[in-house]
Amino acid sequence: MWKWFHQLASPPHFYRLSAILSPWLAIPGLALIAYSTWQGLFVVPMDYQQGDAFRIIYVHVPTAYLSMMAYTIMATAGAVGLIWRIKLAHAVAAAAAPIGAAFTFLSLCTGSIWGRPMWGTWWEWGDPRMMSQLILLFLYFGYMALRGAIDDTAKADKAGAVLALVGIVNLVIVHFSVEWWSSLHQGQTVFRRGTMDAEMRLPLLLMILGFTLLFGSMLLRRIRTEVLYRERRTRWVREMILSPRGGS
Amino acid sequence: MDGFAMGGYGAYVWSCFALTFVIVVFSDWRARLRHKRVYRDIEVRLKALGDRE
Repeated sequence: MWKWFHQLASPPHFYRLSAILSPWLAIPGLALIAYSTWQGLFVVPMDYQQGDAFRIIYVHVPTAYLSMMAYTIMATAGAVGLIWRIKLAHAVAAAAAPIGAAFTFLSLCTGSIWGRPMWGTWWEWGDPRMMSQLILLFLYFGYMALRGAIDDTAKADKAGAVLALVGIVNLVIVHFSVEWWSSLHQGQTVFRRGTMDAEMRLPLLLMILGFTLLFGSMLLRRIRTEVLYRERRTRWVREMILSPRGGS
Repeated sequence: MDGFAMGGYGAYVWSCFALTFVIVVFSDWRARLRHKRVYRDIEVRLKALGDRE
């Protein structure tokens, strides 16, 4: 087990393995997204209270879920990099940040667009879920800006990891905000029994799975680039690029 | 046509789906572009080093 783990953490091994794995995650992910989009837009019946506007849930929930998952990966990888000094872990953290920021931005936009017809407002400054999600976006921006401001990669890794770990507090607030405080935002629906009909829930779960697989593929691709950049002066990169077969 | 109107919520629903797909595709395209650029930079540097030697 440890041998396998160490082998996986080896940059050249990971670089080659991720090239194989990435399309195997992307293809079923895209297929699931296409199927669930069709189901969510045209097959699933409309909600008796929200009408067809409820269909926004099929993009809002997966993006919101991935915004938090990306941060969890970023902070966990940062901690692993700090504690065990595994180089690959910092590459994972750096790669997760832009994807997490994109999904956080999307969750905020889709939530805001959904809020307009349902709550009568695009944005509510006093709402704990919206504000904590906005802070999450700023944490991603802060993390990327901090990394970009430090030239020394090792120092940037450490500073970024500390910031990501501090930001975990906000992640807890995002998750529990709808339970701790009175909020415009509805409570948890997806994984709670009796809140959603199975006919509506199944495409949503498939959409979440599809986006998760796509996220995995996108993350692997970005980690490969990080690994390539960080290892640019190493022998394996030189051999790979200058070999007659070339690399990718 | 009614299916696209979404009971009057069409603009909200379609814009959410379109925005999501555009940003996901754009993000992935940027990642691919950066990978190609990093790879090309290393290749150019290594070839320049090889020529000097």
